[in-house]
Amino acid sequence: MSEKDLISSDINTYIANQEAKDTLRFITCGSVDDGKSTLIGRLLYESKMIFDDQLSALQKDSSKFGTQGDEIDFALLVDGLAAEREQGITIDVAYRFFTTDKRKFIVADTPGHQQYTRNMATGASTASLAILMIDARKGILEQTRRHAFISSLLGIKQIILAVNKLDLVDYSDEVFKQISDDFDVIQKEHLKFEHVQAIPLSALKGDNIIELSDNTPWYQGPTLIHWLETVENTAKGKGPLRLPIQYVLRPNLDYRGYAGRVASGSVAPGNKVKILPSGVETVIAEITSMDGVLESAQEGESIAVTLKDEVDASRGDMIVEAGGPAELSDQFRVNIIWMHEQEMIPGRSYIIKIEGGTANATIAKPRYKINVNNYARLPADVLELNDIGSCNISLDRNIVFDPYEENRITGSFILIDRESNATVGAGLIHYALRRASNIHWQAFEINKAARSEAKSQKPCVLWFTGLSGSGKSTIANIVEKKLNANLRHTMLLDGDNVRHGLNRDLGFTDQDRVENIRRVTEVSKLMVEAGLITLVSFISPFALERDSARQALGEGEFIEVYVKSSLAEAERRDVKGLYAKARSGELKNFTGIDSPYEEPKTPEIIVETEKHSAEECAEQILSYLSDRGYA
Amino acid sequence: MANFNLEAEAIHIFREVAAEAENPVFLYSVGKDSAVMLHLARKAFYPAKPPFKFLHVDTKWKFKEMIAFRDKIMADLGFELLVHTNPDGIKRGINPFDHGSVMHTDIMKTVALKQALDEHQFDIAFGGARRDEEKSRSKERIFSFRTAEHRWDPKNQRPEIWSLYNARKKLGETIRVFPLSNWTEVDIWQYILSENIPIPDLYLAKERPVIERDGTLIMVDDERMPIKDKSEIRYEMVRFRTLGCYPLTGAVRSSATTLPEIVQEMLLSTTSERQGRVIDGDVGASMEQKKQEGYF
Repeated sequence: MSEKDLISSDINTYIANQEAKDTLRFITCGSVDDGKSTLIGRLLYESKMIFDDQLSALQKDSSKFGTQGDEIDFALLVDGLAAEREQGITIDVAYRFFTTDKRKFIVADTPGHQQYTRNMATGASTASLAILMIDARKGILEQTRRHAFISSLLGIKQIILAVNKLDLVDYSDEVFKQISDDFDVIQKEHLKFEHVQAIPLSALKGDNIIELSDNTPWYQGPTLIHWLETVENTAKGKGPLRLPIQYVLRPNLDYRGYAGRVASGSVAPGNKVKILPSGVETVIAEITSMDGVLESAQEGESIAVTLKDEVDASRGDMIVEAGGPAELSDQFRVNIIWMHEQEMIPGRSYIIKIEGGTANATIAKPRYKINVNNYARLPADVLELNDIGSCNISLDRNIVFDPYEENRITGSFILIDRESNATVGAGLIHYALRRASNIHWQAFEINKAARSEAKSQKPCVLWFTGLSGSGKSTIANIVEKKLNANLRHTMLLDGDNVRHGLNRDLGFTDQDRVENIRRVTEVSKLMVEAGLITLVSFISPFALERDSARQALGEGEFIEVYVKSSLAEAERRDVKGLYAKARSGELKNFTGIDSPYEEPKTPEIIVETEKHSAEECAEQILSYLSDRGYA
Repeated sequence: MANFNLEAEAIHIFREVAAEAENPVFLYSVGKDSAVMLHLARKAFYPAKPPFKFLHVDTKWKFKEMIAFRDKIMADLGFELLVHTNPDGIKRGINPFDHGSVMHTDIMKTVALKQALDEHQFDIAFGGARRDEEKSRSKERIFSFRTAEHRWDPKNQRPEIWSLYNARKKLGETIRVFPLSNWTEVDIWQYILSENIPIPDLYLAKERPVIERDGTLIMVDDERMPIKDKSEIRYEMVRFRTLGCYPLTGAVRSSATTLPEIVQEMLLSTTSERQGRVIDGDVGASMEQKKQEGYF
């Protein structure tokens, strides 16, 4: 009995059947005008997901915006936003829903043009199958290769090669075969799909969508719908237990539940588990739910568990199978998809978000980026919007993870810009560069406290920031002289001097400036470890890097000194003649002229060099230090 | 890839917001989608209570039965419900009859919602919108970012990859979160049935007093309805497919008096869900425009 009849005759059975259906999430991708939207419109139409009022609106729209003359333009069913309608293109990821007798489907409709790789990756990230649209007249294009690559990279195992518009090549089996063969070559060399199913189609005319078409008597394979209904959905319950802790439930003192979604495996009371990163072993006591306690829970379910022992676990930790624990590390080889107009800057600190937790991350210069059209590896200094690159990344703490190839949930992350909070990148963990279990901080008996004690002082960093010519070095020099006279142990790191040695390989581009400051931050951290009062005199124009330096140091150890002077005044002084050179174009990327200076918002000290002499400014800093017990 | 499960996804979203928001709020609109969302919120934090407040934006033109249902549910569960009505709109006597559906909706719903969010400094608000409702909704993120002026910019939404949601924002900026994004209308009904979730009786067919206005059946819920001739009022077996302000919510003739019958009727019906809503028909892509202005 068909579902439609079942609805009329026995609605309760129909509803029960609905509950038993599984959901397949897939994406459609291809070049502009390959007919994706038409195909999805067709699927919705054929699965009776279009109502009369929508159909009449569609007929109205078809004559107004449509490209099919008087015929219904199915593409208009799925092209949503007004701006897109005018341009006749899809610009984002749209999600569609339809149901057949056998399965429920969620379709991510992802755009075809080149600049929207990030949308395509977004759609692919939650899909288990991809339909790759190919215009039979054009064959495999650069963008086909791009979309196939992204699907494969994001871990999609099943792909349908939808050779569309076959009506425009007289339903030629040779054309179809040639395209399938061409794709096989790429698949064998570069891609990791488990199965490629090529299907000859005309989305517009409906050939081989539901029934095998008389126009292609030479094709005896599955129709599109048949394949979607029967293809293996990713297996459940594979792999060891991974339960990232998302939230801790504490309704009263007697109950402590760890809530999260099972990322892989299954869990039951009595199971031996390990809490990472602490490594403490315990046993699952109960799976709590509003419907009563559960006997077990599987991959994909959101649950809450209690543990036999009182352990210290919180959001960002993971409950894992005792016999098959996840890995722990703070340094990784990853693939990054850059998703923002502002390019990725190596050395800059980003927020990394993984399932249930965040950390601070610094990305090294990319090892290479991938030309997704021909899969060549290209050298790269930065990653720009829609670039995919291989990088090393280091975090400020250990995180629990699995390689992406083993687990899409515990192996993926996003990168967030500290300043704008935008999601700027997405990443896939390849492997750990070193395992946390192998690194032990050497515990020395003489530590920072002991060294400071010996010098009878409180170490800190005085971070002088300001325009070139504002007076940073002059003031820092006076401050150090006075501290020295008071028998304080000091060290001065000056921008110009450090650039002659440690940082002589760096120039003045944004990424080099970021790296410059990162190195100086690390050096000043060592100086503070040594118990020294450290004076850092660097233009350090970016707020983000100064904030990273602040975070790298302990509470009360970072004192930001804003040496304030207007650009006009600094330029008038022009002690080193640099402004003149910058103005004449002889010097590029000069702060204040053609490179920005971001003023500190809440520095500990502001000294105004247009109102006060260098001596007075130094006195102001010294009295700050003595008031707070540094000098 | 984990086996996809709508309930698990929604619960995951609730917990994520609870962990990352400063002051989240659940926008409760009394309808069936809100009912499902409420049920999921309870499941997400059981045995604890959901760690957020509940807010109903009341236009004062909701069906009386909705308000009674709302108060009973919240009292039964022991949840704190905030009710906000735009005081300025009340003062000006804004109503759907004299001012039209567009102006009424803007002032009593959109503006009222912004007022409530600002007044209580809520930073993340849960809403029951679904992607299958309308074309421009289909591109909506689960975490939908709004500027400090509550505006939605379709060109400036964050990529949402895997289930890693970026809930960071600056002071004053807000996020609307839609845990039911991937649910369809059938999923909603099926879940209501299998979980036995209470919904207002207005969804079930019953003899109700209605009049016909521009081809739409409107229920006469109180005496504020301007009626020239009382004999216009007829008693018919009707039900509602969506619930909102009674003068703006079209009734459908129906004999479905049980939930399975409703599902049956819906599946065999030939018109889409929002057709009963007077506000959507105005301009092509009108929902998108309203969203940009801050409508849910």
